[in-house]
Amino acid sequence: MPENTTELTRRRMLQGAGVALSAAAGLTVIGLTGPAAAADPAHTEADAAHDGHDGHDTGGGFDEVYRGRRIQGRPAAEHQHHGGWTVLIDGQELHAMQNADGTWISVVNHYQPYRTPRALARAAVTDLQGATLLPIG
Amino acid sequence: MAVRKNQATLTPKEKRDFVAAVLELKRLGRYDAYVSTHNRFITGDTDNGERTGHRSPSFLPWHRKFLLQFEQDLQSVNRDVTLPYWDWTADRTTDASLWAADLLGGNGRSRDGQVTTGPFAGPGGKWPLAVRPDSRDFLRRQLGAGVSDLPTRADVESVLAVTTYDAAPWNSASDGFRNLMEGWRGVNLHNRVHVWVGGLMSTGMSPNDPVFWLHHCFIDKLWAEWQRRHPEQGYLPTAATRNVVALNYTMKPWNDTTPADMLDHTKFYTYDNPF
Repeated sequence: MPENTTELTRRRMLQGAGVALSAAAGLTVIGLTGPAAAADPAHTEADAAHDGHDGHDTGGGFDEVYRGRRIQGRPAAEHQHHGGWTVLIDGQELHAMQNADGTWISVVNHYQPYRTPRALARAAVTDLQGATLLPIG
Repeated sequence: MAVRKNQATLTPKEKRDFVAAVLELKRLGRYDAYVSTHNRFITGDTDNGERTGHRSPSFLPWHRKFLLQFEQDLQSVNRDVTLPYWDWTADRTTDASLWAADLLGGNGRSRDGQVTTGPFAGPGGKWPLAVRPDSRDFLRRQLGAGVSDLPTRADVESVLAVTTYDAAPWNSASDGFRNLMEGWRGVNLHNRVHVWVGGLMSTGMSPNDPVFWLHHCFIDKLWAEWQRRHPEQGYLPTAATRNVVALNYTMKPWNDTTPADMLDHTKFYTYDNPF
């Protein structure tokens, strides 16, 4: 995945610099390692247009067919102020969680942050290779 | 005293004993409880809410206790077995002996990521996945696909050099040794290895892949190494802190074990060599 490799290289470069400078410039480090720098191979211009560049400005949701799967996302009303979202793949919920820096992870990508719920859903579709999600236990 | 060894140094008999004990826990139905417990914590641990197993100071003592419990379970099958560790700074390629058919089996095949070699290959083998995120019931890996490189020794050294154990806000946004080790910030050690292995190791149900234990055993060893290098530093926070497990407070799900109880691993086991 060339985009992913490029993204990671850039991120590591920035964060490597961030670690060295962290004592003197903690706030700068947070800026560098925030949503804009998170690994996000599925990110597209459409994401930016719909979701905005700020990871916290996640807009009103999405509903599209990606690689033959219907993916949907919408803010979960009861958790709205905590950034909670409901993300569905073919109607089945993908367990998703927002990190403190605004990035997102899901049950199938639990160690790799994505910039938006839409990118998270697309990454899950890629990983599933046609398999169906099981109900959240 | 049990000695935890580098997987690369195990004898053929030690490999056979370890694999057989893991398969026996699976057959007895005890293995899958570790998968579901891990998933319950990783999906429940949140940056702004209660957090115990991950993205919090207790990431390291929680996993030390979790591994200890699993190791004791293995020893109930065969008292000679201890957890091996995978030093991914040294054994960093897909042809490392770790991935041979006499230990963990190899990479997943390209079509569907299915592991087809070794003791944990499926489907129809001895390793059916009962606790899983999706309809696929076989072990999957995509070594090196999600991220191209495992952390280097220099990456690890840079994290071991950090003096403070952890810092407010005690989550994935923190400075300090713990979060750099966990990988939410900085060069990314622990998280990156999960992503490098791919397949089930990328999911909240990552203990479905037995390499989970060897990865976390090395993380545990690196915590011990950090303690050795910074004897004047200790676990933080020491005072009661909302949503976070402080030094002398008990951790779920055991409710009888504190981070303080887990600081000295030599009460339970030693490692073959320092890092």
